[in-house]
Amino acid sequence: MTHSHAPRKAQPGSTSYDDDARIRPTDSVGRVKPQYVTFSDESQVLNLESGGALAPVTVAYETYGTLSPERDNAVLVCHALSGDAHAAGYHGTDADEKPGWWDILIGPGKPLDTDRYFVISSNFLGSCYGTTGPTNINPETGKPYGPTFPFFTIRDMVELQRWLLDYLEIDTLLAVTGGSMGGMQALQWAISYPDRVRGTIPIATTAQMSAQGIAFNKVGRQAILSDPKWQNGNYLDTDPPDQGLALARMIEHITYLSEKSMHRKFARRFANGNERSFNFSRDFQVESYLHHQGDKFVRRFDANTYLYISKAMDYFDLVDDFGSLEEAFGDCLSSFLVLSFTTDWLFPAKQSQEIVRALRRLGKDVSYCNIESDQGHDAFLLPGHRQGDLIAGYLERLEKGGGT
Amino acid sequence: MSLAEDITPSYTQETDPPLPKVDWSLTRTRDRALDGPIASCVNNRNRVLDLGCGQGDLLLKLREEKDVLEQGIEIDGSAVTEAISRGLSVVHGDLEKGLANLGDQTFDIVILNQVITVIRNPVKILKESLRVGRKAAVTLPNFAFHRTRFQLALTGRLPVNPSLPYQWHDTPNIRYVTVRDFRELCYRMGFKVHKEVFVSFRRNGQVHPVKAWPNMRASSALFLLSL
Repeated sequence: MTHSHAPRKAQPGSTSYDDDARIRPTDSVGRVKPQYVTFSDESQVLNLESGGALAPVTVAYETYGTLSPERDNAVLVCHALSGDAHAAGYHGTDADEKPGWWDILIGPGKPLDTDRYFVISSNFLGSCYGTTGPTNINPETGKPYGPTFPFFTIRDMVELQRWLLDYLEIDTLLAVTGGSMGGMQALQWAISYPDRVRGTIPIATTAQMSAQGIAFNKVGRQAILSDPKWQNGNYLDTDPPDQGLALARMIEHITYLSEKSMHRKFARRFANGNERSFNFSRDFQVESYLHHQGDKFVRRFDANTYLYISKAMDYFDLVDDFGSLEEAFGDCLSSFLVLSFTTDWLFPAKQSQEIVRALRRLGKDVSYCNIESDQGHDAFLLPGHRQGDLIAGYLERLEKGGGT
Repeated sequence: MSLAEDITPSYTQETDPPLPKVDWSLTRTRDRALDGPIASCVNNRNRVLDLGCGQGDLLLKLREEKDVLEQGIEIDGSAVTEAISRGLSVVHGDLEKGLANLGDQTFDIVILNQVITVIRNPVKILKESLRVGRKAAVTLPNFAFHRTRFQLALTGRLPVNPSLPYQWHDTPNIRYVTVRDFRELCYRMGFKVHKEVFVSFRRNGQVHPVKAWPNMRASSALFLLSL
């Protein structure tokens, strides 16, 4: 593999001003800028599976690394429910700024090695982080879409990502990957555009949202819907249904952990002091953790957006779309690396194994590992296991032409 | 300090005590001894399925030497991780359950390298292997190897040698087999034996070919089977 560009590492002894080099680790992509593209051509109407349509549509995205002259080293990264396009590096120069959500995987020398691969991360359709969604202005009314935003599905998200790839003039992806809802998009990519994906890495995901998953999403939505401030979705920016959204996030966070990881993190430790308060405030650390997650979330997320996205997740069902998983994957040309985590009970290993079983029946090239971790569903975002090595090995195999 | 910090509550403990951890490094010599003869059963660009592929040493060799399209199945998670990290196509799973998903004659050759003694239903696996593959390369430790025989007969203790490197309490083997017993099974099942290769291990780990009296002199054997 020839490297088409110099690594973006801090040069030791360099005297030029480089604000990243001083405060950032050398395996970071450093400072990155969010980018935007608006598809506003008359022909560019995004027709949605729900029957709705959107135009114009904006996509927020970030890229890391350099596209090879052959344009064959692109890896698309798909984010999960509450994620955004900021997958790696830093936006600012603050020393305490947290890096992008998959910084453990993306960077020079990391598994999604930006010295070798051109990593694209886009904010999915309907989100509130730059890509057109319920918080954006409806050009027809001059007001935010809010509850009038059309329903959309994972397939629609992938369609818009395809527009972005066309815009970037990338014909074929070396790989597409993502965890949880990001994994659903990865699967959908391999199915919707079989000749544009060489490798698919669905992580901690499923081919059809389970009843248990829908149940948790439902309770989350119901928390928002029953907040009086929700106002049928026509709430004011200044007075949103924060209580409902925070509660939805608290429930969601329970599903991301495992019994073991909760025990490890909190056990029965008290938040303040060591005594029962005999009131309903936050006695235990686990309570304060959930409140903290809820409070943090309402500062950065929008309630309507949450409703739409969780619905898109619930509607994901490749079996229903195609009749069976074998038929769903039948035309796929991609090879697959399927990953699950032993303590993930939101997307249990069994659901990944069903994907693997269907792919093997079809004689597709598939690798699978149920990664040992006590971190629950959250594991795919965390260090402490060998997810990165698995991805790196698989990508190297793809580069060498394996599995195709 | 809360009690929970140092005492794991009983409800977090595993209900099933795990089996003793197998130290697979002990079988390295044995498991690699027949790699050469196995490779000579494989043609260029063959579709190869390695059942119980471990970290994928053999598959890696076959890919480098024969440019095979490889697939492995392995039950041990850390071995799977190692194999996939090395760029191999491997599925984490139980080979006694996983073969049913594979279509007839999907592979040119199925490899069962030193796994026949650790599985519950060897006959079913052999039949399944010859259903999903045109040929099967089966290797096994020969329990009738002279040193094994004499260890048991003379010392009255269970044999421990490079071919059977475990103590009775930590062995992954749940069955023992000899060259004659395996030939007998093949005859009874109607498997054609295309090739047999026998080797013995010296104490220093060196591998020597065995030509005559294999049931007495071979510590490991390779059989190439078809229907």
